[in-house]
Amino acid sequence: MGSSSSADRYWRANLKLLAILLAIWFTVSFGFGILLRDTLDTIRIPGTGFKLGFWFAQQGSILSFVVLVFVYAKLMNRLDDSIEDESDESESRP
Amino acid sequence: MTVQEWTYLIVGATFALYIVIAIRSRASSTSDFYVAGKGVSPVANGMATAADWMSAASFISMAGIISFVGYDGSVYLMGWTGGYVLLALLLAPYLRKFGKFTIPDFIGDRYYSQFARIVAVVCAIFVSFTYVAGQMRGVGVVFSRFLEISVESGVMIGMGVVFLYAVLGGMKGITYTQVAQFCVLIFAYMVPAIFLSLMMADNVIPQLGFGGASESGTYLLDKLDSLHEELGFASYTGGSKSTIDVFCITAALMLGTAGLPHVIIRFYTVPNVRDARSSVGWALVFIALLYTTAPAIAVFARTNLIDTVSNHEYATMPEWFKKWEETGLIAFEDRNGDGLIQYLGDAEKNELTINRDIMVLANPEIARLPNWVIALVAAGGLAAALSTAAGLLLVVSTAISHDLLKRSIRPNISEKGELLAARISAAVAVVVAGYLGINPPGFVAQVVAFAFGLAASSFFPAIVLGIFSKRMNSAGAISGMIAGITFTASYIVYFKYVNPTATKDDWWFGISPEGIGTLGMALNFAVALTIARFTPPPPPHVQELVTNIRNPHGAGPAHEIEV
Repeated sequence: MGSSSSADRYWRANLKLLAILLAIWFTVSFGFGILLRDTLDTIRIPGTGFKLGFWFAQQGSILSFVVLVFVYAKLMNRLDDSIEDESDESESRP
Repeated sequence: MTVQEWTYLIVGATFALYIVIAIRSRASSTSDFYVAGKGVSPVANGMATAADWMSAASFISMAGIISFVGYDGSVYLMGWTGGYVLLALLLAPYLRKFGKFTIPDFIGDRYYSQFARIVAVVCAIFVSFTYVAGQMRGVGVVFSRFLEISVESGVMIGMGVVFLYAVLGGMKGITYTQVAQFCVLIFAYMVPAIFLSLMMADNVIPQLGFGGASESGTYLLDKLDSLHEELGFASYTGGSKSTIDVFCITAALMLGTAGLPHVIIRFYTVPNVRDARSSVGWALVFIALLYTTAPAIAVFARTNLIDTVSNHEYATMPEWFKKWEETGLIAFEDRNGDGLIQYLGDAEKNELTINRDIMVLANPEIARLPNWVIALVAAGGLAAALSTAAGLLLVVSTAISHDLLKRSIRPNISEKGELLAARISAAVAVVVAGYLGINPPGFVAQVVAFAFGLAASSFFPAIVLGIFSKRMNSAGAISGMIAGITFTASYIVYFKYVNPTATKDDWWFGISPEGIGTLGMALNFAVALTIARFTPPPPPHVQELVTNIRNPHGAGPAHEIEV
């Protein structure tokens, strides 16, 4: 394991990333799909029968979730690489 | 060929496939039995997780429920997918790094308490059994409708198949079988959806098709809204639940998903922390494929159903109508004696009752799709039910042989003895689940929904605090779990059993028993944090354990790490 200060930096960066991604998670589902639905329902996605709030509740939120998880995996893996660790090699073997 | 011949052929072929895979990958050590020797790739693991997760309820019931309640059904769509975001960000990588087999292991070690471990074991067994009984019932219903045998015989056949690959194969057998089952179930779900989308909206992608327009140029959703208004149902895109209730039910389902033991155990089967992260992503991709299709099927099915039955003569109804009538899942009573079917929102005048569970199964017939598609849907429903049942049985057997026997009662049991105990408990669990499937306790469907609330109010805060708060100690976590689950269970029991005549006006803050797990979870967090403030911090070795979990590097095979 690296020095405690690099571990602390890693953890703080992790928490910051979590806060941002969870804020988006909350906004697309509870925000757009539930709390702000009535307002968004006055808008229609052009060329379709979807009211925007309804679409977020039944399609948009789910698609956003998929993107969020992959963004998280990618950014965290990059963050992992930025902290030195000699045991990294051994873990790729099952 | 007839529907029945096709069903025998397709169901037979898929079953043969599952059994061959299970036999070819028989488990030889306990690690193989529980978590597939930890060598499963993230994509394969994602498919297996998706098959494990999408039960008979997702496959058979969900689109049906949405097609009857419209917007209100969004709680299931968002709830059962949004939980995966929490799982990916807050739990999976850390639990993988922790590296033990089960949730009770984590709770027991992190809170250095045998009592906490046993509370967790009991919760895990309760949640899993509730689920598995429903799955077995689902298998029985599908068999009885398509093979024209009794529900009981259907359950028996299902028990035999689950027994073969869960008990002989363990997790490795299950993982690869579930990959096959995912392919069968998603194919079976998509084919009719694509057919319908082409027929009704001239769009090959169902997710876009249900926002499209029919031949007359009106959008399908607008047409459905006006049909609903005409017939006196609540608006399809508007729904009828209050905002706070939709909010709380969605939250309870999300948090419950993240705390479900049979889902979490999946992330121990990947080789390292990186793979645990992307594995959740792949699982969610495969789940999202079905979950974004479900609302499309719901719209197509609902429109077709109303067009076919509303104000048509009962005597001219097609064959599927009569067949489902025989099962008692469709009932028609000609109240005004005019020979026409009045399908209305007003309970006084409505003449037709339809069980929501039949929509997905009956949908291809209603739309007059080819016979092989109808048979395919039956095979898909069985794949969904069996894969979930097998995963849950594994959790039950693990909880008994590993958490209870090895970790609590007989710590010096040999690996062989543990494997034998795991197989015996899996076998016993199959029999009990089959019994519950044949004689359902009557409230299975309700309890399945409540199981999420209970998982949300008990497991979720304990695990999250265990990772993100070094200061959280056993006194805080245990009192939080007990407060959360007691509050949630009392509210549910009160409104469902003690005072079932209570109305919406009696609910606290307008939150239904389905959504109360969200408040229970908040209570759990509050109690845990307060108690932990006034009790001593956890011992140094536990704080080190937390530091270690937070470091993504150096995760080894679980049985080699002893903290």
